[in-house]
Parts: sequence; C-alpha cells; structure tokens
Amino acid sequence: MKKELGLITLLSISLFSSADWLDVNMPMGVTDISQDVFGLHMLMFWIMVAIGVVVFGVLFYAMWKYRRSNNKKPAKFEENHKLEMAWTIVPTIILVLMALPASSLLKKMYDHDAEEGGIDIQVIGWQWKWQYKYLDEKVGEKPLSFFSNLTTPADQYETNQAEKGAHYLLEVDEEVVVPINTPIRFLITSNDVIHSWYMSDFAVKQDAIPGFINVAKTTINVPGTYRGNCTELCGERHAYMPIVVRAVTEEEYQDWIQQKRDAAEQLAFLTEKEWTVDELLSQGEEIYNTRCAACHQINGAGIPGFYPALAGSAVVMNDKSAQIEILMEGIRGSQMQSFAEQLNEVEMASVITFTRMSWNNDKNGDGTVVVPKDIVDYKNINL
Amino acid sequence: MSAVVEHHDHDHGPKKGLTRWLFTTNHKDIGTLYLWFSFLMFLTGGAMAMGIRAELFEPGLQLLDPIKYNQLVTMHGLIMIFGGVMPAFVGLANWLIPMQIGAPDMALPRMNNLSFWLLPSAFTILLSTAFMEGGMPGFGWTFYAPLSTNYPNIAYFVFAIHIMGISSIMGSINVIVTIMNMRAPGITLMKMPLFVWSWLITAYLLIAVMPVLAGAVTMLLMDAYFGTSFFDAAGGGDPVLFQHIFWFFGHPEVYIMILPAFGITSHIISTFSRKPLFGHASMVYAMVSIAVLSFVVWAHHMFTVGMPLVAELFFMWATMLIAIPTGVKVFNWVATIFKGSITYETPMLFAIAFVVLFTIGGFSGLMLAITPADFQYHDTYFVVAHFHYVLVPGAVFSIMAAVYYWLPKWTGNMYDETMGKLHFWLSFIGVNVTFFPQHFVGLAGMPRRYADYALQFAEWNAISSIGAFLFGASQLLFLYIVVKSVFAGKKATAQVWDGARGLEWTVASPAPYHTFEIPPKITKSTKV
Repeated sequence: MKKELGLITLLSISLFSSADWLDVNMPMGVTDISQDVFGLHMLMFWIMVAIGVVVFGVLFYAMWKYRRSNNKKPAKFEENHKLEMAWTIVPTIILVLMALPASSLLKKMYDHDAEEGGIDIQVIGWQWKWQYKYLDEKVGEKPLSFFSNLTTPADQYETNQAEKGAHYLLEVDEEVVVPINTPIRFLITSNDVIHSWYMSDFAVKQDAIPGFINVAKTTINVPGTYRGNCTELCGERHAYMPIVVRAVTEEEYQDWIQQKRDAAEQLAFLTEKEWTVDELLSQGEEIYNTRCAACHQINGAGIPGFYPALAGSAVVMNDKSAQIEILMEGIRGSQMQSFAEQLNEVEMASVITFTRMSWNNDKNGDGTVVVPKDIVDYKNINL
Repeated sequence: MSAVVEHHDHDHGPKKGLTRWLFTTNHKDIGTLYLWFSFLMFLTGGAMAMGIRAELFEPGLQLLDPIKYNQLVTMHGLIMIFGGVMPAFVGLANWLIPMQIGAPDMALPRMNNLSFWLLPSAFTILLSTAFMEGGMPGFGWTFYAPLSTNYPNIAYFVFAIHIMGISSIMGSINVIVTIMNMRAPGITLMKMPLFVWSWLITAYLLIAVMPVLAGAVTMLLMDAYFGTSFFDAAGGGDPVLFQHIFWFFGHPEVYIMILPAFGITSHIISTFSRKPLFGHASMVYAMVSIAVLSFVVWAHHMFTVGMPLVAELFFMWATMLIAIPTGVKVFNWVATIFKGSITYETPMLFAIAFVVLFTIGGFSGLMLAITPADFQYHDTYFVVAHFHYVLVPGAVFSIMAAVYYWLPKWTGNMYDETMGKLHFWLSFIGVNVTFFPQHFVGLAGMPRRYADYALQFAEWNAISSIGAFLFGASQLLFLYIVVKSVFAGKKATAQVWDGARGLEWTVASPAPYHTFEIPPKITKSTKV
C-alpha cells in the first residue's frame, strides 16, 4: 500500500510539477465589479452543489435501498399532487432568489456613462492583433494609437524547438498602459471579423464587432500586468492575439504618455533620413516575419486557397506603386488589411523593399527599392 | 429452390441485396439505415475529436496547423450534430413510433426513403471539401458572419446544410402525420408512450426552425457570392443580425437533440424499476413547456454582443425558467426509481448516468444563464464542458441506452451483458475524465476554439485528452457488441425485459418485417 501511494505521489508530482493546475476557479480579479462577479459565481456554485447533494442523495439512496435483491415487490404509486406542487414551487423560489442579485449586479455593470477624470480607450480588433487609441491623449493632431502584436517567437509554438517562456502566448510588443483608480471606458469595435476582448481580471468580455461600438467600463484597484485573450473565433490565428494591460500609478502613466510623444517626434526625424538598402532589408525582414508571415508564410509562398504567394507575384516583382497602394489601403472583401496605421513610413518602406528583394523577386522582376519618402509622397497625394 | 420462388409470398419479406436498402420503404429498414449512418458519422466526428484532443495534449502546435485545427473543430460539431445525434434519434423514431402506437408503418414511406438517402448525399458534399483547395469549413459550426462569408468553399457547406434541412423537415412531417393519423384505436394523445410524445414535440420544433437555418445559410451565400450585405457592416448590414437568426434556430435545435432522450430515459427507468413512470402527464407538460420556452431564450448565447440591459435581463430570466420543467423531469425520474425493484442492466446504467450527468450539465447551464457571471464563462472551456455534458453523457448516452434496450427486439438476440457493462463503465469514466477538467480550465480563463494555449492550462488539458482517447477507444467495443448481437447471442423473448410495458414488446423478437397490419385491440388494461 505504501509503495502504491509513493507511486501515485510520484506520478502526480511529475504531472503537476507547476502550481498552475490549482487554478481551477475563476480569478477574483482586481476591480470592484470583478470581485462582485466572483461572489455571484460562488453563490451560484454553492446553490448548485446544495441542490446536487439533495437530488443525487435521494437518487443514490433509492438506487441502493430499492435494488431488486433488497426489494422484490415494487410499489405501484403514480402522481402525487402535493409533491408535484412542491417540486415546482420550491425551485421557482430558489430561481427568484438567484435572479435578484444577478439582476442588480448586471444593472451596475451596465453603467457606461463617462465620468469626471476618466479616460476613453478605443479598442479595435484586427486579424490577428489589437489596436488601441487613447482618445484623450493627442500626438500631433491624432489620438495616441498603437498596435499590440504577439511577441512569442514562432520557434516556441510552430516548431516547438525553443523552450516555452513564462508568458507563452500571453506577451505582446506594446502593452496597454492605464492608470489605477481611474474609470476607464474601453470602446470596443473591429476592423474585419468579430473578435472579443476578454480580460478575466476585470470581468470584462465584450465582442468587437465591425460597425458597432461596445462599451466596457472598469476601474482597476491594484497595479500590475494583466493578461487576456480574444474569445471569438476570428480565423486562423485566433489563439495568437493576446491582450496585455499594465496598470500603473497616475504619475507613471503620465511618464509613459510623454515617452510615446517623444517616440513620435523621433520617428519624424527618421523618415527624413537617407536609408541604405541593407538597413531597409534588415528591418524589413523582422517586420515581415512578425506581421506578414502568418499568412504569406516565411518563404513567401502563401497558402493556396487562402493567402496568395508573394514569391513570384507580378505586383511584388514589377509594380511598385500598386504594391504600396495594397499595403496602404488593403484589399476590400479579402483578409488583406490596410497597414497604413500599423506601420510607420520607415517600416512600410522596409517591408515592401524586403519582399521585392527576396525569393528571387529581384532577379525575376525590376528589383526596385521603396524608400520612406515614397510612402510620404503616397500619403501626401492620397490621404 | 425454384419452387420456393414461385410460391406467392404473403408475408412480403425484405428484398435481397443492395436494392433492399436503396429502395426500401419499410420503417424498420429505414430505421436501421439511419442508425448505422449515424454510427458511421459518430465514428467520423469522433476521429476528428481525437485529432483535436491530440493537438491539445500539450501547448504548442504538434500535429495540426491552426487552419486544419479550426476545420476539425468545425466539422466535428457539424458531423456530431447533424450526422450523429439527429439521425440516430430519427432512426429510433422510425423503428419505434409505428410499433409503439400499433401502426403498420410510417405514414409516408416513400418520403421516408428519400429523407434518409438525402443525408449521405449531404455529408458527401460537405466532406468532399476536404479534397479541395482551401479545404473544409473552418469557421466553427456556428458559422458566424463575417468570418464565414470570406471563407473558401462555403457554397458546398451551404448546399449540404440545405439538403440536411430538407431531410429533417420531411422526416418531421412524416413523424407528425404518423402520430396524428395512425395510432391504434384507443391510444389517445395522453395515453401515448413518452418516446412518441417527445418525438411529436421534437418534430414540431424541427419544422419551426429548420427553415430559419435555411434562411441564414442562404443570406450567407448571397453575401459571399452575390454581393449582398446582409451581414456586412461596410455595406449597411449587421453581423449581430446573423447571430440572432442563427440562435433562433440554434436554441430549439439544442432541445431537438435532448427531448427524444427524455422519452427514452423515461421508458428505461420505468422498466428496470419495475414501476410505472411517476407522472406521465406532468412529463408531457414539462416537455411542451421546454419546447415553448426554447423559442424565447436564444440570445443567452449572445450576452457579450452588447445588447441593451432590458434584453439581457429578459433572456437571463427566460433562460432560468427552463430549470423548472427540467427539474420536474429529473424529480419524476427519481420518484419513479423510489420504492421500485431495481436491476442494473446496461440500458439502466446508461439511463441513470444520463440523469446524473445531464443534471450536472443543467447546473452549469443555470450558472451560464446568470448574465454577469456569463461575461466570465462565455466562450471559454466552461461552455465546452457544459454542452458536452448535456450532449455526450446526455444525448449520446440516451442513444446508447436505447440501442441496448431495444437491440434484442431488433435482432432477436440478447447482447453480451458483461461486455455491455464494460462498455458503460469505460464510457462513463472516459466522459468524465474528458469533460470535467474542462470546467476548471474554463473558469481559469481558457478560451474555446484555441489550437494552442498558455502553459497554466497544460496539466488539465493532458488529462482531458487521456479521457478522450479512453472514451473514443471504448466506442469500438460498442461497435463489436452491436455487430455480435446482430449475428449471435442468447435468443430474446418477445417481452425481453420483465418490467417493460408497451406494444413493441407484444410482437416477436426479432420484430417481424411487418407489424400491426391489423391494429391491436387497446383495452383499459393494455399498457402502452
């Protein structure tokens, strides 16, 4: 017996080597609302347990007590109006008692009004990344805006060659930074298909639907980094568009905004700079691998029936201006989205140059390079 | 031999060979076809589930790429719902409804043949996309627009759904006409066996909602190929409208897959408790209430789309109401067992497991109805656990219970009881090991339809996959047991089970090719 116990312990230790498996319940979260939701969830859970104990208790008792070997002669009774009334009315009362706290909490969660001192962040779902626009913080004339892409390297999930990091599939290049103790309204929408913005720690899950703006309001009480996911099937890389929110103090938040503004000024300077082909290529390859390769593949071959090949494409080889237009505007009715807001002029020029110089496209085509100024020119004419 | 051929055969036994099955209008043959077809689909959809669980065994992409993963998830759902559970119930309806109401056959036998043979055509079309560029549909069985409208090969999917819908509607008309017109004199509506009642209600649900599904897929087709914008916001359409239409079909569809299970369970529990069902009339009223309520709860699948507060409250309350008639059914089964004289043959084991595990699925269902908490549960594995608890140990267990219960009547042979019990226990353990841990990862925040997941969910997913492989492998045992009983086994008596009541037990085992050509006499003491 001791030996067996030891074996079981060993097995369980090897299987449950981390403590994460203990996460078998909903997190309490870090907002007042999320804690209320947790309380409601536990209330419902214990009511279900109580009903289960009673119903299954009677059932299992009857199954044991009235087994044939113990009870040769079955009773013959049918219908009992008092009993039937009771098992209709009692559940009804329990349901009303459940509905009351649920309804009042729901009403509280549906308070979407803007508040004094609160901030509004527009959240836009894209296949397969999130865009955030801080509507109250201007950079130049436009609101502060950035895209948030998965940073887990492909060799951790596609080839499984690298060891998986602690925040595997839950890490992004640009975190959403927000102040604590401030009412934040997330105004959620989508650019293409339906996504869903799910942050368990805030008890927020709202669908991002093209043509609609859904509101979720939250006030975070505790500083920290919180991670969430897309929860509406949005195509191939549905599992690869995580959400990371970093809640900081008001002071740190203001610093972060200032950094963002400085970075925007830096960029204006970089656009003016003369770029060599090698500089463009090395930056372009990195962007291609993180932004484009999911569809068009690392080798540029695309996926037949879904995503066209860039290797050997007539546009990529010979038609510079058409390629710029596709990247700037996207292709309506297809999954090719506009990258005008996602990539700055330098990034755009580098990635286009990279595709034009790779996979023998330079040898088979005109081999021309696109420089940041081409993108600036396009914007001046068309936007 | 030639003398025998020339002899005029009064009994009109079945034809020989393939044409028997192609041209048959006999309700028993068609029932058999439906049941074998559904079993084939069950194994096909099950193989896909094995692929899904193998990929999810550990984090990272090992066996499938995300496109193939989404395709398997989609096809698993479509095949199990439209190819597995629904045809299995139609097969049982074909075999049992005429025998239980003392009718010689279904009312519309030629249409019966057509409604079966449409199904293999539909699934051939649907599965043929696997061999095309772009492959099978990969947008989930709920095919939400606008993800689905931009997908390759969607026309095949739409056409297949249309054919399945036509098949279901024809089958339902047949069931309703049969029940309304062909009951033996003396079987009043309220005397009708519960399986027949459950199918009468199911058939009305099907006729009401299959056209809605047809409308949804047609609009999708128009959006994808004819430039309309029903569901495209950029063209003035509404992606949320799609979900309203889909779930107006989808929620009654859920009950289409569970009402016949209620009927089956009631028969089996009464038989093996050797006691009449506690409340026949209240069971009927409960099923009718569930069916009516199923039309006003659809938006509880859409709590996170941003509906106004009043709509959320209405759908929360309406959904909670369903717990009342469902509770009545569970209490009735418990009261039937109470003071019975119970034995635990395989059908009874499956029926009891149905009651317990379906109730657990009901508990998580009630939790999901609570809108504020649903914001956390929605589209996580908690939902996956919930609907698999009501569909696998719910609907599928009831079908297995029914097969074991009526198999001796169909084949004339008893199945192997020891093997049957082994099949039950393996399935019971497998199903719980598979789906119970999914509650945990769901509550901890693992979204559904993910090909890959964060490390914190690894342990429970590994366990869930092991359970799934056990459950999957056990079904081959089921196949073996059924095939064995077709060819061999202890001869069954007409009564088969000493506690069974109903007209099907008054005819010989195996049931003759034609039964009740003359309606049976129903007297006060006849148990139907």
